[in-house]
Amino acid sequence: MAAHAGRWGCLSENGTPLVDVDELRVWFPIRSGVVLDRHVGDVKAVDGVSLQIRRGETLGLVGESGCGKSTVGRALLRLYEPTGGTITFDGQDITHLGERELRPLRKRMQMIFQDPYASLNPRHSVGRMVGEPLRVHKMGGRNLNKTVRELLATVGLPADAATRYPHEFSGGQRQRIGLARALALNPDFIVCDEPVSALDVSIQAQIVNLLELLQTEFDLTYLFIAHDLAVVRHISDRIAVMYLGQIMELSPGDDLYDNPLHPYTISLLSAIPIPDPEVERKRTSILLQGDLPSPSNPPHACRFHTRCPYVQPTRCRDEEPELRPVDTHLVKCHFAEEIKAGTLQPQQREVVFETPSAPAVWQPPPS
Amino acid sequence: MTGEPLLSVEDLHVRFGTERGLVYAVNGVSFEISAGETLGIVGESGCGKSVTSLAILGILSRNARVTNGRAMFAGRDLLTLNDEQLRSIRGREIAMIFQDPMTSLNPVLTIGRQIREALETHFGMDRGQADLRSTELLDQVGIPSAKLRLKDYPHQFSGGMRQRAMIAIALACEPKLLIADEPTTALDVTIQAQILQLLRDLVSERDTALILITHDLGVVAGMCERVNVMYAGMFMETGSADALFARPRHPYTLGLLQSVPRLDAGRRQQLQPIPGAPRNMLSPPAECPFAPRCRFEVEESRQAVPPLEELESGHHVRCFNPVPAEEWQRTRVGGAA
Repeated sequence: MAAHAGRWGCLSENGTPLVDVDELRVWFPIRSGVVLDRHVGDVKAVDGVSLQIRRGETLGLVGESGCGKSTVGRALLRLYEPTGGTITFDGQDITHLGERELRPLRKRMQMIFQDPYASLNPRHSVGRMVGEPLRVHKMGGRNLNKTVRELLATVGLPADAATRYPHEFSGGQRQRIGLARALALNPDFIVCDEPVSALDVSIQAQIVNLLELLQTEFDLTYLFIAHDLAVVRHISDRIAVMYLGQIMELSPGDDLYDNPLHPYTISLLSAIPIPDPEVERKRTSILLQGDLPSPSNPPHACRFHTRCPYVQPTRCRDEEPELRPVDTHLVKCHFAEEIKAGTLQPQQREVVFETPSAPAVWQPPPS
Repeated sequence: MTGEPLLSVEDLHVRFGTERGLVYAVNGVSFEISAGETLGIVGESGCGKSVTSLAILGILSRNARVTNGRAMFAGRDLLTLNDEQLRSIRGREIAMIFQDPMTSLNPVLTIGRQIREALETHFGMDRGQADLRSTELLDQVGIPSAKLRLKDYPHQFSGGMRQRAMIAIALACEPKLLIADEPTTALDVTIQAQILQLLRDLVSERDTALILITHDLGVVAGMCERVNVMYAGMFMETGSADALFARPRHPYTLGLLQSVPRLDAGRRQQLQPIPGAPRNMLSPPAECPFAPRCRFEVEESRQAVPPLEELESGHHVRCFNPVPAEEWQRTRVGGAA
């Protein structure tokens, strides 16, 4: 990775990153035929993603459904086998490590999930679930119960929660249980996959604040995956915007709203409603036409050109842009400078919907 | 607002019989809506916002009972009509769109057949006429090559297109009132923006009245003239969107606004969550339902349900101790200003 260390200039200043992903690809084969079971193509869920996550930071990963953001998160934890590229965790290449070699590393990387109803076993008591990682890694010993009680207190659950079952808890409390379980092994890195999307707004804020508190207390590094850009911006130091398996823009969190450079980021931001009628009236919105193209057959050259309001007759349709530094951002667009300078203006596009043969948005099977 | 309101709901109460006892889902809801108006009902899950609309249309589940109230629509009380009378209104004069277009469309019938159904039932059109009109409708909701798409099944449509098809079905009979229950919650934001624009156009072009039920304050801010904030089966605050978002006076409304991060506000501004969890609805409210979670609670809050009082013209709040008018602007750190 040394060769890449200075690649992003100011973006990788403080030492080696905790997680370094280089040209990651995760493809899911599409098979067809009952007898022959031919391999007829691939769903390119993640197709050439490079990013670095520094120690102690929160990297936000946003995008719409089917863009591959969850797949990136799961591949980082090696829950999916990468098709190509490398994943380096704390200086160690883990791209193709076997289960046995991975096990000690698993302690250091944890995950919390979107659906607090599906991610807890309804037949296990909360104490058993939170203690399970400790038992599996033989770290519990005689003090297991005490440790579990401490963990529950850390995430703001009452001490008697340990003997109760998931159905007795509300969505927000269940998310706290999931968090206690993730913290059990004192990890360095947590992948938060849409951790607040299923919660009501008044509860969302409780969990977001808790995540921030725990980060300072335990020195955690987060990959925060969500589709809600307002939440992501609130919690993240840097934000990566994904579209169709690739990163379109990577920017410091504070700067993304004020100074978006990629047409997709601009459109995405303008589509998010702001709870203030006055602001809503003043905003000019760029309405993206059509749907997300199928990731099994993504558009050539720039993946966004089929919906891009800034599309140009040259380059966009025949030359794939590189993710390159512009200002403090990394942008995958040929015309980022022109868009920034305001010399290119968005235009209304014809409506183009995907062909009806396949469901337009492909979801990975539950693992 | 001029003349008669299109729909006027008064003191609606709905209960559900469940294994754990009676659930008091809606406890005295009143509102009015006129033609061409967009009314928002905002609240979190379980606050009774969907039940309110289901009760108006008479499509509540069997264990539910409307125990009190009136819903006057074109001179008739919808709550007293029998099934047959309601059927002539549902779809024809009041149409509804639901959150999940995949479960509300029939997967084994073509889109065309499902749009046709409404036209044949209510207008007695024949196949040819109905097909022509269906093509028109799909075209209006922005589906390209509409004629070919009539033959498609719902699974061949994407989420956004399914919701467009649902809207086409709802519009088939040119209803006077459209109830949209979380119409964009299952959709991505760029698709949400498309659907909301479509609804906006419909309201302004056809003078349709729209009741928008959602949990998303942002959607309400961009769509509605008037907003009702619902909690535990009651309206806590009602008023014009401008007044309500600029000067929220109910602690719950304030709490909602303070707990969502804003895209245009300073980052790392601490969110202020509402402590605790929503009230369980197994008993009729005897105190302010929000009191246990409220920072502004006063002694009276625990003794009786506060009445919905008018604080300024058209702005009603159900609270014994309303939040000072300038509180929200004052606490909004690094706002858009």
